[in-house]
Amino acid sequence: MNGSYLIKRFMRNKSAVVGLVLVLLLIFGAIFADKIAPNNPTPSPPNLSLKLKPGFWSDKGVPGMPLGTDGLGRCVYSRILYGARVSLASGFIAVGIALALGITLGVIAGYFGGWVDSLLMRIVDVMFAFPALLLAIVIVTVIGQGLFKAMVAIGIVYTPQMARIIRSSVLYIKEMEYIEIQRAIGSSHLRVILRHILPNSIAPVIVYGTLMLATAILDCAALGFLGLGAQPPTPEWGAMLSRSYSYIVGGAWWAATFPGIAILLAVMGLNLLGDGLRDILDPRLKD
Amino acid sequence: MKWYITKRLIMLIPVLLGTSIIVFSLIHLTPGDPARTMAGEHASEETIQRIREKYGLDKPLYIQYLIWLKDALKGDLGRSIVSHESVTKEIFDRFPNTFELTLVAMLFAVIIGVFAGIISASKQYSIFDYTVMGIAIFGVSMPIFWLGIMLMMIFGVYLRWFPIGGRISMMVSIHRITGFYIIDSIITGNTEALLSTLHHLILPSIALGTIPMATIARVTRSSMLEVLRQDFIRTERAKGLPEKLVIYKHAVRNALIPVVTVIGLNFGLLLAGAILTETVFSWPGIGRYIINAVKMRDYPAVQGCVLFFAFLFVIVNLLTDILYIYIDPRIRYR
Repeated sequence: MNGSYLIKRFMRNKSAVVGLVLVLLLIFGAIFADKIAPNNPTPSPPNLSLKLKPGFWSDKGVPGMPLGTDGLGRCVYSRILYGARVSLASGFIAVGIALALGITLGVIAGYFGGWVDSLLMRIVDVMFAFPALLLAIVIVTVIGQGLFKAMVAIGIVYTPQMARIIRSSVLYIKEMEYIEIQRAIGSSHLRVILRHILPNSIAPVIVYGTLMLATAILDCAALGFLGLGAQPPTPEWGAMLSRSYSYIVGGAWWAATFPGIAILLAVMGLNLLGDGLRDILDPRLKD
Repeated sequence: MKWYITKRLIMLIPVLLGTSIIVFSLIHLTPGDPARTMAGEHASEETIQRIREKYGLDKPLYIQYLIWLKDALKGDLGRSIVSHESVTKEIFDRFPNTFELTLVAMLFAVIIGVFAGIISASKQYSIFDYTVMGIAIFGVSMPIFWLGIMLMMIFGVYLRWFPIGGRISMMVSIHRITGFYIIDSIITGNTEALLSTLHHLILPSIALGTIPMATIARVTRSSMLEVLRQDFIRTERAKGLPEKLVIYKHAVRNALIPVVTVIGLNFGLLLAGAILTETVFSWPGIGRYIINAVKMRDYPAVQGCVLFFAFLFVIVNLLTDILYIYIDPRIRYR
């Protein structure tokens, strides 16, 4: 299997390509937020005379604020662009933590087996006894509220899942003959793990990492929505929603609608991309 | 079968103990002196000392844990710092609200999800199939709180078909017996309360049920497609059995087995999703109670609710596993 063959197969999968485009848009928006955003996402002091103005669809709108303004007169479009930065960063940090911890635990459990494995897997079982969002809320209660702490909480919550995936992949590879040969010619455990086991477990890491990124963004937004994640004035999609939805009764629907569409598209993009990657990288995992 | 269930029940003990340790550690991992946190910022040394003694915070940790565990096993989860009520009572006052919402949401998800999945599979690659799968992809990526807000905006604020929040109209009185308003209003023959309850339930249940519905539709479809490819289906078609009978009598029965697992797994997720839905729709359930408790740093309340939720989650997973071997005799005692 060479690279161009894989790319060809990926490009034939229409929904995966749609996912890739959405993810690229998300990354583009996040990187160039300060270049494309027409306005300051967090003007201080806020200009309250621009409060809850509609966007391009109405002639009552403010020029240069295509998606209208929120309850503090801030440009919704600019805040969504900056929010892409926050969401992507929170996804990457949360999944990064889950990867670092999950790979370490999963490799130790899978490679060495025995009581270490049993102990780690029992801990994983206990963590699975909590619904993910609930466990994240519990951790936030302990370590405190805030955007970064929410990311850490979500990272910890996802660790058991990652550890299990890595463990099963290591268990499979460990039994291969070439690993036995490596040990027989005197390679150390560390060398076998780093040179042979990890590189061969990379496919599930990429696939599940992408899918996990989607749920991490969703959960981070949920914590933001509940007021336990990002705090004002951070332009975070979930927090933007929670501050705007009371205005829909007064007819200002846009401030609560667009941040949600942003979350939906970002999460959907990552889900489609993850499914597409799974189909080409690890057909065994296909459901 | 009996042996399997006993084994599973025994295996539950370490998981539940582990859960209780995590929940207990909650309050003790928090930086700072828990007694001081509980007493609030401006409390005097004496108050703090009194709290320390009252909650046994001056004893060694493992003794504190054992005392707490003993009380929890007796159903005593301590008292809320905010309301000074028993946490157990607060949970049981709110639990029927959450449970009723979750059940109705699940009912909605299962009925629509299973039917959509079956029809999609029996008409693979039709427009209906593409539409359902398209909606399913949206459904699994949907932020549940946003969906709730959108439903509330369209059907509550603009069309005014449904109320935008709450559990029952304030104009309607209901005699509380079980706490499940549907049951209570039927027992007391209170049609007005029943209608108002159902009216208030619709939007939150759709918001909460959409994600599991999408998952159930996807799993039902792929499971049906797999069954429809099997030999016995070909035999039935070959012997001239009407397609409806083939699908609804023979294929569906076999295809629904994996769906049961998905339903069980989603039930736990629904409990977590209820936290968000309840926040959007001002639903007086445990989810909203937990969030308020977290914000008020009401540790006994947070501990109690989390323990209760984790317990439910574990029990639901166990029931799913048991149901699974019950409906599929091919999988046994492994």
